[in-house]
Amino acid sequence: MSGRLTMLWCALLVGLAATAARADELVFLSTQLRPLEEAQKARTQILKGAPMPVSYLPEEPPQLPIHLQADEQGARTISLVGALHGELAPLAASFQPLDQQAGLLAQRGVPEQIARLAHLGTDHLMYMPWMQATYIMAANKKALPYLPQGATLETLTYAQLAQWAENAEKATGQRVLGFPAGPTGLMARFFQGYLLPSYTGGVVVSFRSPEAVTMWEAFKALWKHANPNSTNYNFMQEPLLSGDVLIAWDHVARLQNAFRNKPDDFLAFPAPAGPKGRGFMPVLVGVAVPKTAPDAAGASKLIDYLLQPETQIATLRASFFFPVVKVALPTDLEVGLKLEAQAVQQQQTAPDALPTLLPVGLGSHNGEFDKIFVDTFQRIVLRDQPVQDVLAREAEDMQRVLNAAQAPCWSPDPPSQGACQVK
Amino acid sequence: MQPSALRPYLLIAPSLVFLLLLFVVPLVQTVALAFDTPSGPGLGSFARMVGDLDFADALRNTFALVLCVVPLQLAAALGMSMMLRHLRGGRDIVLWIWTIPLGISDLAAGLVWLAILTDKGYLNTVLFELGAIPAPQSWLTYETPGVLFLGILIAEFWRATAIVFVVIVAGVQLIPQEYEEAASVFGATAWQRFRRVTLPLLRPTIQTALILRAVLAFEAFAVVLAIGGRNFPVLVSQAFAWQYQNQNYSVAACYAVLVTLVSLAATLVILLALRPRAGETV
Repeated sequence: MSGRLTMLWCALLVGLAATAARADELVFLSTQLRPLEEAQKARTQILKGAPMPVSYLPEEPPQLPIHLQADEQGARTISLVGALHGELAPLAASFQPLDQQAGLLAQRGVPEQIARLAHLGTDHLMYMPWMQATYIMAANKKALPYLPQGATLETLTYAQLAQWAENAEKATGQRVLGFPAGPTGLMARFFQGYLLPSYTGGVVVSFRSPEAVTMWEAFKALWKHANPNSTNYNFMQEPLLSGDVLIAWDHVARLQNAFRNKPDDFLAFPAPAGPKGRGFMPVLVGVAVPKTAPDAAGASKLIDYLLQPETQIATLRASFFFPVVKVALPTDLEVGLKLEAQAVQQQQTAPDALPTLLPVGLGSHNGEFDKIFVDTFQRIVLRDQPVQDVLAREAEDMQRVLNAAQAPCWSPDPPSQGACQVK
Repeated sequence: MQPSALRPYLLIAPSLVFLLLLFVVPLVQTVALAFDTPSGPGLGSFARMVGDLDFADALRNTFALVLCVVPLQLAAALGMSMMLRHLRGGRDIVLWIWTIPLGISDLAAGLVWLAILTDKGYLNTVLFELGAIPAPQSWLTYETPGVLFLGILIAEFWRATAIVFVVIVAGVQLIPQEYEEAASVFGATAWQRFRRVTLPLLRPTIQTALILRAVLAFEAFAVVLAIGGRNFPVLVSQAFAWQYQNQNYSVAACYAVLVTLVSLAATLVILLALRPRAGETV
């Protein structure tokens, strides 16, 4: 009996201690760096030198609006929210403008197009860019001799990429260009963020434009030199390491093993450019302060800390998310990381850079939206169906998805009233 | 003491409750989900399923796989059972080795065969060493649908023949030796004895084995996904894709309902085709 009583007392004391600790800790809720290991790194590496004790709480993206709602109804717990641009955008009304800290953007060298995104289409800075990932190209040095004359990796175009793959095939007898078009590969992002914007300047609005027809015909020709195993590839680091593929496009995190394990064999470089620019997709993570924040002053101190170059480097080491501010990469940075970090920086500062957002506002329709691009690719490229018919058919499907989600256009498509419309 | 009339019902009650909670309730929910569309109950999700790019392929691939692999497995299992019957020594060892694939998970089996058939896999290595091919060949791409199908067929055959075999072996052991001895006394050849004596006596066993195997074959998933990926859609992999990638649970439920209906129909066909003839008792 007394044992049980002791246990009860212990539980009560532990509970009290926990609430006491919470009272002076700043609560930082984040939808990124969520897996146990990454969250632990966020606490012990990224937030190690934070100006106040921080309680770092990882949370699933769908739970974020629910937490904010609870705070608005009086709970008032969260002082800082970290989430993808696309997760923050629909919640803009819940956040306080950070205009007082806008000076940080220029001071720390946040690229202008990223700063513009963080305004969420308003005149106010609605969140502070925190970190970013993206998709880049990787090539084995063995492929360099086949690079077409006059082409450089930093300024590559899609036409040159096609020529490069063709040259390599002629010389080696193998199709060495690879794409992650497997069941869990991120091929849809290649069409949404890279190919379509580079050729048409948009994603949704220009989906069936004459420029899109040209693009698909060009890509179909390029695909003749792509490794036919591409429809089985999910992470390009594996075929790159095995030598099946010498040139590839993929997410930085899905290329990392190639650069980490054999940094001397591989080169990282920006995605190619098309007639309308160098389309690329920054996966931008920002931090925002809820209107109900119990410690808004502390939150802005923490934001300042997160944007310091040292913290940004610590973030890169801990997570593979790249700095949004201008940093000099330390000399002791892992070679593989450095290769990728340089390519990410080259890509976003390229004179013809054309950033394209991850789809915004689609919610549970994200999967079906992605499927439209993969289906279009399958029909046109793999099944040889007429381009215009396929685009007309898939455009109808896309409109249905956009209407169901009531998703307005996102950059680089011009802003829309109501659901985004395919022209 | 007179056993209560309720006792048998009480004894089967737990399994009934179990089935009701974990099978019937989800089944009803799945059917409800299949008819649930954003604009109220209707056939919208079924229309999307049928209109989908991969639907016809998935249906064709599933049936092709079942119709090829199940008869092959039945024939192999019958042959293996007959061989086992005539073994004098080491019977247990052979039985044990033949049933090894039963203990291996579907996905592991798929990955084993992927390791064999992939570009830098064992098959290419052996063929290359023997000088049969000048460079590694791609067997599992959309450009080689025939070889891809064959690869999946072999993997499924390897993995699941043991299930049919175990059922058939049990049935064979129930047939008294005397029938066959009597037939040989009248001068029947080995083939005649198998065809006219063993096979008819095995009919109920074959029925069970076929139903079990056909239903499982319509649900083929992990092996196919590991080897074929997106290049070889089947009904269950489409259900998976709609659930987890496209996140449209209603269309995923339509696929689940379709698989259930197809399996039920197959069971019915097998039951009817192998039913006892008039005057027969089993």
